[in-house]
Amino acid sequence: MQPKPLILKILDVVSIIVLAVAAYLALVFAPTEAVMGQVQRVFYFHIGTAWVGLLGFVIAAVAGILYLVTKDVRWDRFEVAAVEVSTVFFFITIVLGSIWARPAWNTWWTWDPRLTTAAITELIYIDYFMLRQGIEDPEKRARFGAVYTLLGGISAPITFMVIRLFRTIHPVVIGSQSAAAQGGFSMTSDMKVAFFFGLFAFTVIFIDLMWHRIRLGNLEDKVEQLKLKVSM
Amino acid sequence: MIEVKKLVKRFGLKTILRGLEFSVAPGEFVALLGPNGAGKTTFLRILATLSRPSLGNVMVAGYNLPHQAAQVRAKLGVVSHMPLLYPDLTAEENLRFYGRMYGIGNMEERITEVLEMVGLENRRKDLVRTFSRGMQQRLAIGRAVIHDPEVMLFDEPYTGLDQDASEMLDDVLRTVAAEGRTVVMTSHDLARAEELATRFDILSRGVITASATQKELKKTNLLSFYKQALADS
Amino acid sequence: MMDKKTATIDSRPETMNRPSSIVHRPSFVKATLAIVQKDLSAEFRSFELISAMLVFSLLVIIIFNFALELDVKVRQSVTSGVLWATFAFAGTLGLNRSMSVEKDRGCMDGLLLAPVDRSVIYFGKAISNLIFMLIVEAIVLPVYSLLYNVNLFRLDLLGVILLGSIGYAAVGTLLSTMSAQTRTREVLLPILLFPVAMPVLLASVKASGGLLAGVELSEVLMPINLLIVYDVIFIAIAFMVFDFVVEE
Repeated sequence: MQPKPLILKILDVVSIIVLAVAAYLALVFAPTEAVMGQVQRVFYFHIGTAWVGLLGFVIAAVAGILYLVTKDVRWDRFEVAAVEVSTVFFFITIVLGSIWARPAWNTWWTWDPRLTTAAITELIYIDYFMLRQGIEDPEKRARFGAVYTLLGGISAPITFMVIRLFRTIHPVVIGSQSAAAQGGFSMTSDMKVAFFFGLFAFTVIFIDLMWHRIRLGNLEDKVEQLKLKVSM
Repeated sequence: MIEVKKLVKRFGLKTILRGLEFSVAPGEFVALLGPNGAGKTTFLRILATLSRPSLGNVMVAGYNLPHQAAQVRAKLGVVSHMPLLYPDLTAEENLRFYGRMYGIGNMEERITEVLEMVGLENRRKDLVRTFSRGMQQRLAIGRAVIHDPEVMLFDEPYTGLDQDASEMLDDVLRTVAAEGRTVVMTSHDLARAEELATRFDILSRGVITASATQKELKKTNLLSFYKQALADS
Repeated sequence: MMDKKTATIDSRPETMNRPSSIVHRPSFVKATLAIVQKDLSAEFRSFELISAMLVFSLLVIIIFNFALELDVKVRQSVTSGVLWATFAFAGTLGLNRSMSVEKDRGCMDGLLLAPVDRSVIYFGKAISNLIFMLIVEAIVLPVYSLLYNVNLFRLDLLGVILLGSIGYAAVGTLLSTMSAQTRTREVLLPILLFPVAMPVLLASVKASGGLLAGVELSEVLMPINLLIVYDVIFIAIAFMVFDFVVEE
């Protein structure tokens, strides 16, 4: 078994540190928001996890295309890693969003474009694993997985555009019409520090977890190979 | 007619065919024998263009696989243990459909001709779902030769047939499907294979381990040849 | 090589000097039509698929009737939703059946053995599936009109239904080809299909709802445009990836 690469070890430590710093910035450093109070602080992590969740979805679709073109099994492992890590982050995003929505909109859930698209995207992620589970041949599993991430990656933005035709109350925090939607607020400069550091921290953590998952995929592969050798 | 060099087929990490070498001259009838899991069906599916080789060279009827699969398919007829027929269509509708997929001319003449050859002329307007297993298999042979292919592949054609139906199928296979064509057949049934084939290849653990022609083999001992070949491998 | 030709060949030499080939690879359109015609004639003999979809549709409408208490006021706002939910459910039933006809007796292999492009198979099956959906819709709409005394026969509404059905059949055919090759088969299709087909269903509901509420065509142009965009993109994608879904 190959030892854990040094850079990955360093990245592990860095991930823990940036997570701690991000937590400090979000929970202590950033000023309490005037209208919503303390609960607004989940927003810093909410955005961070949402960002890497979406990033993973895009990465998975691109890896899927690359797999179909090259048939290189490494792209398949890349794709699985991206979907798996993103599924977890996206789930956290939805939970944090609900925690925030309860006081802000007076409900845990509303059928707004962002929320609905997030829920559908999460379901596509879960379907992806159900699809893979049902296929024995690893090569076919990889092909079908790639096709499905591609279909999901294209339909999700269209879903978003369609639902926007219904109506929205989700705040757009960055941009001009900030406080227009219910529960919106404008950020002070300290808030911006916490916000952007949150994005950075979760990107680092995402890369770290992706790397671990890919490495795990490689090791799984090796175990399978060894098993075959033993059985022969 | 068929040239296979160093063929490797993997499903994930499992290697089914390991550097298989195989060749068939025009007009030969080769029976591929071997235990379950030896890779017979996998090999036949590769020859049939239904499965891609992982490595190696495969030439069928002068064309390279998988790159010239469409050309190969035009010269290829396949009979498997499944009939590949639509139960809600009549015999002639099934043939007409496959005829159209192969773009054959003189459609109606050809359909009549094929139905006569497989002895189903008087059932041409009957739904395939009303056919017995043996009749379905005969029509399946008709379907496979509708475009007059040069190469025929049989994958366990006797599966699920009783004694009478098997004998009848023997006749049809010999006269309609095999004559004047190059044939590769997989079978568990040594007795049937012995009667039809001109050469016997033993496939075991993903390679051809032994090969003998009809002449080299005395009629009675295909079974001992088969057992010997498996014991050696 | 010559001496290897066995005696059996000499008994019927004419087969060896047969005319070079009777096969001319069929054109794309002809082969596609062959598949569609094959599906239609098999279906019009047994009516297995269409009757199942139809009965199912009516049952869904009955359930909605009581679940939503479809009185005059409610009906106005939910008719398009009820219709599209019905079409979507019945659609998966048809898609599953249409693909298991090919799978059960190895006919899919028969199609793959034909010397035609793989996309012929996709378009053939997709067009058949679309026609089955349209037939069912053509019966459900007047029945619904009759039951609830609303006029659903309007050209603009039929146009929306056609666009929605095209998108649904386009993705559905691709995904049913995939799900048919998995262990869970029929169960998996709606699960895979609904989230990916969500834009079609939502845009169709929005557009037909708007039209039924009597708004101007220009006001529902957005969802209709999105429907067209979806149809074009997904037909193109399915065309490109279908090879990957049937190869081995």
